[in-house]
Amino acid sequence: MIRVVLPAHLCALAKCGKEIQLDAGATQRAVLDELEARYPALRGTLRDPNTGHRRAFVRFFACEEDLSHEPPDAPLPAPVAAGTEPLLVIGAMAGG
Amino acid sequence: MSGVRVLVGTRKGAFVLASDARRQDWQVSGPHFAGWEVYHVAGSPADPDRLYASQSSGWFGQVIQRSDDGGRNWEAVGNDFTYAGVPGQHQWYDGTLRPWEFTRVWHLEPSLTDPDTVYAGVQDAALFKTTDGAQTWEEVRGLREHGSGPDWQPGAGGMCLHTILLDPSDENRMIIAISAAGVFRTEDGGANWDPINKGLLSNGIPSPAAEVGHCVHNLAMHPSRPQTIFMQKHWDVMRSDDGGDSWTEISGDLPTDFGFPIAVHSHEPETVYVVPITSDGQHFPPEGKLRVYRSRTGGHEWEPLTAGLPQQHCYVDILRDAMAVDSLDECGIYFGTTGGQVYASADSGDSWTAIVRDLPPVLSVEVQTLP
Repeated sequence: MIRVVLPAHLCALAKCGKEIQLDAGATQRAVLDELEARYPALRGTLRDPNTGHRRAFVRFFACEEDLSHEPPDAPLPAPVAAGTEPLLVIGAMAGG
Repeated sequence: MSGVRVLVGTRKGAFVLASDARRQDWQVSGPHFAGWEVYHVAGSPADPDRLYASQSSGWFGQVIQRSDDGGRNWEAVGNDFTYAGVPGQHQWYDGTLRPWEFTRVWHLEPSLTDPDTVYAGVQDAALFKTTDGAQTWEEVRGLREHGSGPDWQPGAGGMCLHTILLDPSDENRMIIAISAAGVFRTEDGGANWDPINKGLLSNGIPSPAAEVGHCVHNLAMHPSRPQTIFMQKHWDVMRSDDGGDSWTEISGDLPTDFGFPIAVHSHEPETVYVVPITSDGQHFPPEGKLRVYRSRTGGHEWEPLTAGLPQQHCYVDILRDAMAVDSLDECGIYFGTTGGQVYASADSGDSWTAIVRDLPPVLSVEVQTLP
């Protein structure tokens, strides 16, 4: 079980709570695939629907590390895989 | 009892303003999609309860929302706007070529007859169509694949397809406008397109009378006269009486012919409205006076409409999609400003009141006339 924390704008869009729990593999790609399957409204908001690339102002943090530039199939940190720490989806600080 | 519903898109959400036919007391709902830019909200002429909204953000991209109950509840629907085939290239600000890249939906134009069919004008400029209530979108590829595509270039706001006119007398005929490319027309439902910019003169491009490259800001057409089209260009107010084959200037005695929106009275096809803006370098009304100008002669002769509008210290802008007319017996006119006001006139522009004054900057205003 993977815990994912979403920013407020995406919680409103998906009509879900701030933290959700997913049965997904422990990689960014597997988590995002499951997230989009469960909440279709989020398709295209975190990564480009064609290239699969992360949107420029979306960041993935966990265990006090920035995982945004990790390859999408890289293993997530063990505490995230174990469900003891959440994967944080962050809207980067920019603009007003 | 009949009434109106004004659909307002802003930099920080959408608002729905509703009134009965007197248009004196307004109910305001929103913000819908709070915090997101809403470039456009549009209702289906075939089903007034069916609304579509373009919601976007620099962080999370494009979302399309649909309501089936007049804006009380919304559902996120399809947001995959993938260009057909090889996207190709267009001009960039520095003179180089740049690949087409989708950014956002500027304008939604629902079909006149089918609530599930909608056209979307997008940035980078292209036309998309849905026939399943916005679950899926397909590019009308004949437009972007017109041979002039590599000569299209972005205006200051991006290279956007912002205006879509549907001919109520011929469902295969459609006219669109792109900044900065110009006006294009199809007679066969979108398979083939022709640029129709003859008569436009734009000093900001290398060849002022070029076939494409013009910064057309907005078009308007009265449904009873689909061959007559009015245009607010970057500079110049224009009209065509041959369906766009040729254009003549009608700026006449306007204090400035720069501006963004243009609208036609719902019952008087020769009554036209513009909001003059000082210049391309000063996007606010001349002399700090917010004046709508009305021509009852199809152009050339214009009168300022000022009653109820600020006549000093007003430095807002009115964007291209931010003016609309209703079709009640006494035509109502509505426009929104970058200062967050939405003004309404229930008497064809003779007098104005602010429905709201402190919304986020207004990007678009549409109005539905309800039975």
